[in-house]
Amino acid sequence: MKGGLKVFLNGILKENPVLVLMLGMCPSLAITTVASNGIGMGLATTFVLLGSNVVISLVKKLIPKAVRLPSFIVIIAGFVTIIGFLMEAYLPDLYDALGIYLSLIVVNCIILARAEVFASQNSVGKSALDGLGMGLGFTLALFILGSVRELLGSGTWMGIEVTANLFEPIRFFVTPAGGFFVFGIIIALIGIITKREPKKAGCQNCPSAESCGMAGVNKTEKEGA
Amino acid sequence: MKEMMVILLSAILVDNFVLSKFMGVCPFLGVSKKVDSAFGMSLAVIFVMLMATAVTYPIYTLLLAPYGLEYLRIVVFILIIALFVQLVEIVLKRFIPSLYKALGVYLPLITTNCAVLGVTLLNIDDGYTFSQSLVSALGGGLGFMLALILFAGIRQKIDSSELPNAFKGMPATLVAASIVSVSFGGFSGVVEGMFQ
Repeated sequence: MKGGLKVFLNGILKENPVLVLMLGMCPSLAITTVASNGIGMGLATTFVLLGSNVVISLVKKLIPKAVRLPSFIVIIAGFVTIIGFLMEAYLPDLYDALGIYLSLIVVNCIILARAEVFASQNSVGKSALDGLGMGLGFTLALFILGSVRELLGSGTWMGIEVTANLFEPIRFFVTPAGGFFVFGIIIALIGIITKREPKKAGCQNCPSAESCGMAGVNKTEKEGA
Repeated sequence: MKEMMVILLSAILVDNFVLSKFMGVCPFLGVSKKVDSAFGMSLAVIFVMLMATAVTYPIYTLLLAPYGLEYLRIVVFILIIALFVQLVEIVLKRFIPSLYKALGVYLPLITTNCAVLGVTLLNIDDGYTFSQSLVSALGGGLGFMLALILFAGIRQKIDSSELPNAFKGMPATLVAASIVSVSFGGFSGVVEGMFQ
């Protein structure tokens, strides 16, 4: 049981997909103009991660190695379609707010990375915990980003007026530029708190870099330098 | 013609995939260390974006939409893109080895580049015709290239400058991306105004 808890917490803190591994940055930056969208996106991704991790772990022995990436992608796309339907039916406002980024969960590198690195090598129970932990870590990161941007950019938090008499909302923070900026500052703060040098860039840290060809890019960059 | 120019220029400058829609941020940050690799990667992206649009658009309008299967589009599109990237790799390797040598390493990366899936889905959401879709895919790809190459130049400067420890690497890169994104904000409204 202790191992299970470790797997679960790993995704939330030590290997937080957004704040530490820096994966899945497209949705993290695009939809976090308000905190509630961050939670919605995070939970939708958690659902897909949990589902795909469990299914992939179940069928890992049936999939030939050569076609595993396309197979994983199809399984993931299936879950994304399901969450799209559910959200359209029960949470239409959130569905409209997330728009195309909901479909783009398919290509979120976190999900493929966990399928490749964890679910295809571990038991069903552990994979489910890993998916849940990673998903909640992702949600937490999106919630933090969304809260900061909403507070500074619109003066509200989860839709409630907060800073009405304190300062004028700064529109910059809800623009795309503000997204990059806040994310950069948060990573720097984490670096100061944990006294670790921040990691360099997205793809290189991705555990599935080897299989998606990023390793080749790194190699040529090194050779060139 | 005028309409096409508006679509093309707004896809490159105003609705830039990387800087205003955040699609393809991973390769944007991952492959923009050197101008050469940024150029190779973006060429591959333009090529795949155009071809993916040319293939997915007819499949959607002729096969999925008439039979009420719109909900399958995510599964179908991502499979087409994944298959297509593999196919391009094989064909290039066999027939144009020089191009394969230049683009080969970037091709597998593109399957999980959200800008490619994004452009095919957006073209359908925006109700573009076939030719408009192709123009918007070209604009999206060129915008990706512009952002990547501009940024590669900036990053070479960042790497050689002295920064506080906590800002080294990723944070400085992100803040720089923010400034580039602000500068692109200056283009909003320009394209519409140009053709009035």
